[in-house]
Amino acid sequence: MSVQTRSTQDPLWARILLIGGMFGFLCLFLFVPLASVFVEAFRKGLAVYAAAITEENARSAIVLTLTLAAICVPLNAVFGLAAAWAIAKFSFKGKSLLLALIDLPFAVSPVVSGLVYVLLFGANGVFGAWLQAHDIQIIFAVPGMALATIFVTFPFVARELIPLMQAQGNDQEYAALSLGASGWQTFLRVTLPNIKWALFYGIILCNARAMGEFGAVSVVSGHIRGETNTLPLHVEVLYNEYNSAAAFACASILSLLGLLTLGLKTFIEWRAGLRRRNP
Amino acid sequence: MGKKRPRSILPGFGLSLGFTLAYLGLIVLFPLLLVFVKASGLGWSGLLHAVSTPRVLAACRLTFGLSALACLLNCVFGLLIAWVLVRYRFPGRGFLDASVDLPFAMPTAVAGIALTGIYAPNGWIGSLLKPYGIKVAFAPPGILIALVFIGLPFVVRTLQPVLEDFEIAQEEAAASLGATRWQTFCRVVFPQLAPALVTGTTLAFARAVGEYGSVVFIAGNMPGKTEIVPLLIITKLEQYDYAGATALAALMLLISFALLLLINFLQRKTLVRPTT
Repeated sequence: MSVQTRSTQDPLWARILLIGGMFGFLCLFLFVPLASVFVEAFRKGLAVYAAAITEENARSAIVLTLTLAAICVPLNAVFGLAAAWAIAKFSFKGKSLLLALIDLPFAVSPVVSGLVYVLLFGANGVFGAWLQAHDIQIIFAVPGMALATIFVTFPFVARELIPLMQAQGNDQEYAALSLGASGWQTFLRVTLPNIKWALFYGIILCNARAMGEFGAVSVVSGHIRGETNTLPLHVEVLYNEYNSAAAFACASILSLLGLLTLGLKTFIEWRAGLRRRNP
Repeated sequence: MGKKRPRSILPGFGLSLGFTLAYLGLIVLFPLLLVFVKASGLGWSGLLHAVSTPRVLAACRLTFGLSALACLLNCVFGLLIAWVLVRYRFPGRGFLDASVDLPFAMPTAVAGIALTGIYAPNGWIGSLLKPYGIKVAFAPPGILIALVFIGLPFVVRTLQPVLEDFEIAQEEAAASLGATRWQTFCRVVFPQLAPALVTGTTLAFARAVGEYGSVVFIAGNMPGKTEIVPLLIITKLEQYDYAGATALAALMLLISFALLLLINFLQRKTLVRPTT
């Protein structure tokens, strides 16, 4: 950002008006809703709050949310690394099509992302009869929810790594190979250290979405209390039962997760000089 | 990356590309393809019958109308916010900049109940509007607010890099030739921001059309009045109307793909824009 001279500076009244407009807009749409989550959560006191988040169904919802993230994030991270290696390090036909296809899940409505697995594995689905005959439950159980979560968080790691690795080129890898390193050694000691911040960044975004996903998981979960309710689904159940204090208490945990994500994301942007990118 | 590079001596091409294609195919492409296969099984008349009921048409009108309105609002306020964040220096700028990503970081269900809570008739803002007879939550304006919330970062984050790279010299030239600040903005700055602004607004629209979590709480969900398409898909699924749900999903997917193509095209256009 170069120093602005008088001729390219907006008049003071315009600056005050625009900053004020932005502040008002952000308050109305971001800060007031965020603050309200915590105010509502503690409205009935600390005891009610503590009870709401330690109650049995809430505990199992937290465990399920963590389990889903633990399944999906590593899988999508490995996929992201593989896709970035193939796309950034080699030239082949159809690369731009592949890039577009990787971004596809972001363009699909979360509800449709859940629906596709119901069409595949539901009772009337393509594999429904076979699954039933072998007594395998996918929809309304953890595997289906994991699949839906993987779908919606699919591109996060890949789209952070691909542009960075493309920009870095292959020279360092060539040097390592010519000095006698094996392929894996090259990847682990040369490539990975170069992309660690972008990888971390992608994983954080992937994790936040995996833990917070609502629409896709809602379609395949079946809403069985204590079994297939993730924390966001548990919030919905409590809210629809007019148990507002408990709903906001659980929502406050998710809000803290969101704030933590935002903090880490900002830290990495600052630490690694990464430029913010589109979601 | 159109240039042909010499054959790479790096190992792992087969393994990494094979895994990528298998994973992509199994998780994303095959399931999405299935929606179209199932939908085509209904035949043209069946498809048309499923998506031309008054309830579906009302949901489409509501979803697309409000999404368009929301992305237009985001277009205006997104430009304002990007401009202020890039051009002005004031205390708390870094904090406000980071907070623009809040709608991405916040789970949609949390945003949904929080917005409902404050815009409900007994909420902080809803109670202020109630004496004037303005109903926000459980009515279309509530849906609009949720859609503006989730779309905002798309516009801001698309515009910011373009504004950061903008050469001040062009504005100085305009000013030295006697243009007022407003003329400079309208004739010099805005035309160069326009492609990114359109891209960001389209991204926000694409997201708004499919949004479920933040809308479903505040919408009220009255069939024909405040029912959005994603909710209607879920309702059809819950009533075991698989044909209807599939037809609607196929329609939504076609629209998503069209928007994706448009966004790709716009982004390519933005990238190859000649830099003087």
